Amino acid sequence: MGQADGQEPSGQELSRGEMTGAKALWATLANHGITTVFGYPGGAIMPVYDALTFYPEVRHVLTRHEQGAAHAAEGWAKATGEIGVCLATSGPGATNLVTGLADAMMDSVPLLAITGNVARHLMGTDAFQEADITGITLPITKHNYVVRDVEELPQIIAEAIRIARAGRPGPVLVDIPKDVQLAAYAGAIPSPHARPEIPAPSDESIERALELLRSAKKPVIMAGGGSLDAAAEITALARAWDIPVITTLMGLGAFPASDPLWLGMPGMHGSVAANRAISEADVLMGIGLRFDDRVTGRVGGFAPNASIIHIELDAAEIGKIIRTHVPVRGDAKVAAVKLTEGALKGVWPDWTAQLQEWKDRNETPDHWGAGYAVKAVVDRLTPDDILSSDVGQHQMLAAQLARFEKPRRWLNSGGLGTMGFGFPAAIGAGMAEPGVRSVVIAGDGGFQMTAQELATLKMYDIRNVKICIINNSFLGMVRQWQEMFHGKRYSEVWLGDSNPDFLKLADAYDVPGYRASSAEELPGAIDAWLADPKSALLEVVVPHEHGVFPMVPAGAALYEMIESDPRRAAELKAQLADAPMNEAPTSTAAEVNDA
Amino acid sequence: MTEPISYDQLLSILVRDEPRVLTRITALFGRRGYNIKSLSVGNTEHPGVSRMTIVVHGDRGVVEQAIRQLEKLHDVVKIIDHSLEKYVDRELVLVKVAITPESRVEVRQIAEDFRSRIVDVGRHALTFEVTGDEGKLTAFIEQMRPFGILETMRTGRIALTRGSNADIASHIYHGGESDTLRPALEGLEAREERARGVPNLF
Repeated sequence: MGQADGQEPSGQELSRGEMTGAKALWATLANHGITTVFGYPGGAIMPVYDALTFYPEVRHVLTRHEQGAAHAAEGWAKATGEIGVCLATSGPGATNLVTGLADAMMDSVPLLAITGNVARHLMGTDAFQEADITGITLPITKHNYVVRDVEELPQIIAEAIRIARAGRPGPVLVDIPKDVQLAAYAGAIPSPHARPEIPAPSDESIERALELLRSAKKPVIMAGGGSLDAAAEITALARAWDIPVITTLMGLGAFPASDPLWLGMPGMHGSVAANRAISEADVLMGIGLRFDDRVTGRVGGFAPNASIIHIELDAAEIGKIIRTHVPVRGDAKVAAVKLTEGALKGVWPDWTAQLQEWKDRNETPDHWGAGYAVKAVVDRLTPDDILSSDVGQHQMLAAQLARFEKPRRWLNSGGLGTMGFGFPAAIGAGMAEPGVRSVVIAGDGGFQMTAQELATLKMYDIRNVKICIINNSFLGMVRQWQEMFHGKRYSEVWLGDSNPDFLKLADAYDVPGYRASSAEELPGAIDAWLADPKSALLEVVVPHEHGVFPMVPAGAALYEMIESDPRRAAELKAQLADAPMNEAPTSTAAEVNDA
Repeated sequence: MTEPISYDQLLSILVRDEPRVLTRITALFGRRGYNIKSLSVGNTEHPGVSRMTIVVHGDRGVVEQAIRQLEKLHDVVKIIDHSLEKYVDRELVLVKVAITPESRVEVRQIAEDFRSRIVDVGRHALTFEVTGDEGKLTAFIEQMRPFGILETMRTGRIALTRGSNADIASHIYHGGESDTLRPALEGLEAREERARGVPNLF
């Protein structure tokens, strides 16, 4: 903060032992079991940073950008299920949190954001570094506060934590004017609120759901991000009834991928089996999801033959997008247990055979390209490893190809689709679980949005974050759409001429780097990258024009999906024509032309 | 698909009396492009709680979705959907009507028929106060229009459910008790009280 404002109170007059709003903030956070916060200091939050020095029980992680702090706190929350906390100063610091808050809102992540603000008498005067952050974040937080009285500060923090975690979780922002941080506080430090009970679904709704399931011939379960904490119960439910399970992008891990009942992910880049199953099902039971448009495709063509059971905590989601025949409002865990009790082992051989046929249509990437590289990486993961992704083609490939056995091992920006999310989220998750490998798959575009967090790795000597950049020199997903729907006019998506040398960039931050540019180099590079005792970066240079398939074009119904890559099909056809008879075609798909 | 039928729907929303609550409520409607036709806000019998009456034009699905989203807001204590029960509603309008020596008597006669009161008398205009339901106010304005309306201001509708709260079905006041708001309001008064006692340090 530049100028010294004569009216501004100075913190130095307070004695060390005196309790202030800022100290009460830390004491309250510590009382709530908050061990780590991610943040970035600035003028209007200085009293809080000053008070931090008296509270060694809370670790502050200095990121290099407030957006990094917000995503790291999200990564922490998504991996652990506990609340993530981030901190920023007023004005630009606070506005830099906005993307993370919107992301947390869309994906129901419990997040507490604390921002400083100018002193109360300056608020509303366009003071230096002032922004109306509560006004700005109104639509992207579950709730927000301006603390206008130091006596209320600790209670508001306690209440904010309760709101962030209660029911459907979400972000809460608390804005604290600088003079409130400095004001003397004489009250008590509140203890955590009891976690509010989640309502159990009504017996009547469970009975109606059971009735529908018993009459089903082609049932399917679809589990979303709200079902992660009920994964064990949902797994038992599906196995008891023999009902196949689809997990959404946010729900990956809610059902073990190794189970034969698992059909994959639905939606725009979902599996053939999942999308066909939805289109054919006569009963579709959605658990903890909100029928995102990337999942439903054209709403009119979604599950056209199915009666829908929707198990969901948030009443506002029931019937919002898709008509629901049996709404089950309440705890997914309780609902799953109750529905398991009434289970009848399913007898639907035709359905099972049909699903198997669709499952067999899954193509594994067998030729060098982004999919091949992603598969090689995710195949090396263990069930305990945390996998984060950024947003784009690599994200969809990872979601299609990774096999998650447990919940909360897959972190990505589902609802908002935030480029730059993956790397800081992996740092947050890696710090939450230092004994676990935190792998991030990023694209060359998205990584550069938060690449400065390499400094955070260095500063805290974090050793378990493994960064893999799938570098196709393009904003790949946009390029794919331009190829398919905009006559191959590649407008402003080429990054190849200006990308940095990612290994040199990593080296600048003391992060070891590895590179692979071919299928032959890849296994060795992955080995070296994973074996490195430090956090390390692997750049995989892949062909420029690789598409992600299956794909449901925007505005189409799920059953109108394009199952496989038309370009690849044409290549294979050409190879077959050239190759001598009896000889299998070799996969030598050369890099296709540059833009 | 047939177009859903749109009509005016009346909601009462009890909210905590805190800054930005009005913005939070209206933003929820605005985000989806739903137009609020009228909005009135006032205090209630409970300190710290305000009551809003909102008229939204839309189909049933729109309003149900809005109610569910509103229920999630921390500041919202209770929502009453008046389409589910009998209610009384009123609106107040001030109408300034141009008069001439010839029309003066007739204008006053019409106003009397509507049981309206004259609140201001000018040489060339009379200002009337009329209360009633929407139909009555509209009829009054239409009757006055030929004489020349100079200005009008309507307060927007306000509504209460009919009967004593104990008579009202449980889906409106859970349990049928009029003091069902109390649990939601706990701590509210204490906080207000405390806020008043704290001197502004700067």
